[in-house]
Amino acid sequence: MALLNITSPHAHNKNHTAWVMQQVLLATIPGVAALTYFFGAGTLINIIWCVTTALICEWIMLKWRGKPVAFYLKDYSAIVTAVLLAIALPPYCPWWVSLIGIMFAIMIAKHLYGGLGYNPFNPAMVAYVILLISLPVQMTQWAAPLGADGASWIGFKAAFLNNFGFAPIIDAHTMATVLDVMKQNDSLTNNQLFEEYSQFGHFGGLGWEWVNLGFLMGGLYLLSRKIFTWHTPISMLAALALVSLIGYNAGGSDSGGSPFFHLFSGATMLGAFFIATDPVSSAVSRKGRIAFGACIGVLVYIIRVYGNYPDAVAFSVLLMNFAAPFIDHYTQPRTYGYNK
Amino acid sequence: MSALKKMRKTYKLRGGIHPPENKTQSLQSPIDVLPVMGEIVLPLGMHIGAPAEAIVEVGQTVLKGEMIAKPKGFVSTAIHASTSGTVKAIEHRPIIHASGMTAPCIVIEPDGKDQWTTLTPILNYRQSEKNDLLEHINNSGIAGMGGAGFPSRVKLATDKTIEQLIINGTECEPYITADDILMQERAAEIVEGIEILQHLVNPQETLIGVEDNKPEAINALQAATQGKNIEVVVFPTKYPSGGEKQLIQILTGKEVKSGGLPADVGVVCQNIGSTYAIFRAVKHGEPLISRITTLTGEALTTKKNVEVRLGTSVQQLLDFAGFHASRANRVIAGGPMMGFSIPSLDAPVVKTTNCLLAPESNELPLPPEAQPCIRCGMCSEACPVSLLPQQLYWFAQAKDQEGLKKHHLMDCIECGACSYVCPSNIPLVQYYRASKADIRQTAEDQKKADYAKTRYEARLARIEKEEAEKEAKKQARLKKAAAATTAKEKSEVKAAVERTKAAPAEATDDPVAAAIARAKAKADASPLDKAKDNVASLEKRLKKAQAKLDAAKANNDENLAAFESSLTKLQDKLTTAKAELEKLQGEAPKATPEINTDDPVAAAIARAQASRADGESLSPEDKLNKDIESLTKRIKATETKVAAAKENGDEKAEILESSLTKMQDKLTTAQNELAKLQPAKEAPQAAPAVDENDPVAAAIARAQAKRSGDEALSPEDKLKKDIDGLNKRINATQEKVATAKENGDDKAEILESSLNKMQDKLKAAEAELAKLQPATEKTEDAAATQSHDPNDPVAAAIARAQAKREQSSDLSPEEKREKDIAHLEKRIKLTEEKLSEAKDAGDDKAEILESSLEKLKTKLADLAAAED
Ligand code: SF4
Ligand code: SF4
Repeated sequence: MALLNITSPHAHNKNHTAWVMQQVLLATIPGVAALTYFFGAGTLINIIWCVTTALICEWIMLKWRGKPVAFYLKDYSAIVTAVLLAIALPPYCPWWVSLIGIMFAIMIAKHLYGGLGYNPFNPAMVAYVILLISLPVQMTQWAAPLGADGASWIGFKAAFLNNFGFAPIIDAHTMATVLDVMKQNDSLTNNQLFEEYSQFGHFGGLGWEWVNLGFLMGGLYLLSRKIFTWHTPISMLAALALVSLIGYNAGGSDSGGSPFFHLFSGATMLGAFFIATDPVSSAVSRKGRIAFGACIGVLVYIIRVYGNYPDAVAFSVLLMNFAAPFIDHYTQPRTYGYNK
Repeated sequence: MSALKKMRKTYKLRGGIHPPENKTQSLQSPIDVLPVMGEIVLPLGMHIGAPAEAIVEVGQTVLKGEMIAKPKGFVSTAIHASTSGTVKAIEHRPIIHASGMTAPCIVIEPDGKDQWTTLTPILNYRQSEKNDLLEHINNSGIAGMGGAGFPSRVKLATDKTIEQLIINGTECEPYITADDILMQERAAEIVEGIEILQHLVNPQETLIGVEDNKPEAINALQAATQGKNIEVVVFPTKYPSGGEKQLIQILTGKEVKSGGLPADVGVVCQNIGSTYAIFRAVKHGEPLISRITTLTGEALTTKKNVEVRLGTSVQQLLDFAGFHASRANRVIAGGPMMGFSIPSLDAPVVKTTNCLLAPESNELPLPPEAQPCIRCGMCSEACPVSLLPQQLYWFAQAKDQEGLKKHHLMDCIECGACSYVCPSNIPLVQYYRASKADIRQTAEDQKKADYAKTRYEARLARIEKEEAEKEAKKQARLKKAAAATTAKEKSEVKAAVERTKAAPAEATDDPVAAAIARAKAKADASPLDKAKDNVASLEKRLKKAQAKLDAAKANNDENLAAFESSLTKLQDKLTTAKAELEKLQGEAPKATPEINTDDPVAAAIARAQASRADGESLSPEDKLNKDIESLTKRIKATETKVAAAKENGDEKAEILESSLTKMQDKLTTAQNELAKLQPAKEAPQAAPAVDENDPVAAAIARAQAKRSGDEALSPEDKLKKDIDGLNKRINATQEKVATAKENGDDKAEILESSLNKMQDKLKAAEAELAKLQPATEKTEDAAATQSHDPNDPVAAAIARAQAKREQSSDLSPEEKREKDIAHLEKRIKLTEEKLSEAKDAGDDKAEILESSLEKLKTKLADLAAAED
């Protein structure tokens, strides 16, 4: 009925989807700064490249689906997906790897599932996992962090020339990540590892500690702006800490790594505050989000320690995306006026 | 000061929001008590529950405070003249209602004297009976003044043990300050009102809940409650703390069970305004005829609280406050969170109008286009009753009523907190309202079906019993008859029956068969001859049948009815045959065969022919006029008969009534047709030269006038009018159905079926209206077109839903057919029952019943055939 147009509420707060997305982008700045400081300008090149291609893909898909392009481009969701994927990719992966990733994320994982709000899986993580499975070599070449033996900072130009295939330099700079080393190790105690390998840094891996601290900062900012609630990230971190404590085994040679190590290594903080909190593909209720986050934390540990892949955030989040509808089903909140 | 009062523990409201309060604007000056501002329009349904029943007549003079409509039923309350004057009209007027519809109102033309009626205060109420006091309150027209308008008597008439009496001074909606200023200025009166309430419900403790953004009101109340058993409880400001259930939770920690009442958990809630009104009613005997209303919004020059007479038009009130219509983008009754835009400013202020908000466009901008839900969960964080608005939104879009119910849609209080925070600007509450309406509709349908089923089963059982009894009786009678009649007669009867089955070319001594044979033989004869023969043979058969019928009557024969029906059939055939003959005879239409005027059948036929012949020579228009005339006459006659029958408590009244309706329908059709025929001629002039003494001409004139009036209306208005009319009729019929059901009357079913028809019509009309409205409204307010987009998914969805409901396509064809068959079978049973009754009673209804029975059977057969 036409009269529906004039029903309450007549007031609205200032929040808009675009504003939410902008806040997320803003919150990535400290983490990205740390990444750039330790691993060179590759991440920035990736971000620019991914955002550009993502916008083009989004434009194509919107046109093709006959949607108002300007209206949807303004929601910033494509940019957020692009930035998150760019951050997750190795800084010096070739341009076509990121392009494939972006196309996969935007065209398939997002639009073929119905566009923003309808995608059951986090598009950036779908793309990441597809790339990891199909291009394991390119996807595991991480540069050595600044401060590790023989590492030097890679500038914009070098990064650009490398990523676009004009002057590959990455082979000279790769170094196994701490998570890799930890997984391969079966003889050294944790303390020995930290002494032996220059990339181990203080507790979470050289550079990685700072990157994670950066994303933690950004995440806390988002929490303070009420972009999401604490339930998913905190329960994920708590669960990860708990299981790694159980598996720590006093840091012996069969140790899975200390809770600190797990919290501040790899993509933990990025995952906790930027990926797992992606509202579209997570559980909805508070209880549900606690369960959702906790399961991700446990899965991260299991995959890191027992799985075949070095990092586990993407896999864990995707697995839990599958489970989100079930979680929703069993965690419907108690409505006012129903038995406690 | 009383700031030292012990702090009571309050409970935290889950969720909630903090919209800008915007309350200071209207708190700058004290309450302005306004004089009568012109015509007073008092809707009969200002409260929740049954509308009041008018007890005044047009032209009657009334005094200020005089009851002009009395409560009808328990959940209903009285209405009083808010000034002295003359009742000008009792008619449909626009009201403050989101639907934009009109409702019956009593219109009073003030006489300027503003003279009170004699007031009957109850000064020492502590001595009076609780029930008398409640009755007094209800007869003073007190209803919840915070928004819903629930009659206060209903809440107060609880026999449960009341632990807490809660006075709701929360007023959590932005902009509204009506309660706030009342508490500031008239705290002592409010406290006296509270004492009356305490006397009524005898609570263990009494709490006044006030948000901490009203320091002055809090001070005033604390001063006024000094030394009394009343506690002012202050808690943090948050929307929607003022919801009844929410306030109970905040103050007591108790939750009212879903679907339950506050009294179930030992709480009674009253609003500040109602408490004050109760004080005035009891201590001064003044009924509720005015209220405090906040006038606010940037499109008003003066923002303040006024005490205004109920029935004052919104327009006048706004004008008083310096309304800049061009700056406002809408006028909202209530606050920005739960209020609704007023479709017509002619609507009057009613008991629940706590605020008129006229915002400028940038003050409360129209919402931007909705974006997809990103499931951010902000809505569920804001929901005060712990729903999952985003899930409800999905279910609502999918029309998944099960999912909606499982996620407790029905517990949504429509506070709008979710819509307020949604970053995608999704009009969530609109979806919920629409879905709730759908669910209620479904439940309603289900209830109806269940009810019909139980009735049907009960009836079946009864019929079976009765049939058994009848069978026994019949056997006995048959035996008697067998003894009385000779074998020959019996065989004759049998033969007659067989003959009516029209087996052609049987025994040659059968005159009918012979006639047929003759007719066959003459197959090559001229059509004229054939027709003549046909008529002749039919006439013969008719005579014979009549003779037999007479004989049967004389013998009181069992098969009387059968004879009668065959006679009728023959008569019909004869008429057709004669008509054919006439056609063939062409130029000599008047050449009807000699009529035996003593023979009533022939006479009737002759009359019919004559009238037809006349009719044919008339122009179509004249013919219609004639039809109308005769119909009107017949209607008149039938009406008198109905009245007589009703007076005598005759059963026939029903049948007569139904035929009356049919005639009226016919009349309408005829009139419409007539209208179509004379479009240019009559419409412009107002029915020329009507002989006022001629009732028929007058009726036609009236109909025409009405029609031309209708034509002057826009299609939309016309539809609205139709809808109103239908609504009225539906209401009336529903009432009748209820009474009929109560009395176990057979009529219930007939009434119900007509009710259904009306409801269908209503739905259709509404759907059409919905279709019309987006377009019309666009032209009407070009400034605010954005959300009137016909692409609006909500509107579209609702339209779809309605369309779907209409087609009832949610039933598969099989199901539908099955339903139809069941229905038919039911009706057949019913008719058979009645028929046998009629036969037993020798009633002449039998014939009619039989013919309808046959029709029903054919329908059933058709349906059954379709099934294969
Ligand atoms: S606030 Fe709006 S966008 Fe966010 S989950 Fe609720 S409905 Fe979806
Ligand atoms: S409108 Fe209904 S769903 Fe939305 S916040 Fe209020 S109660 Fe919850």
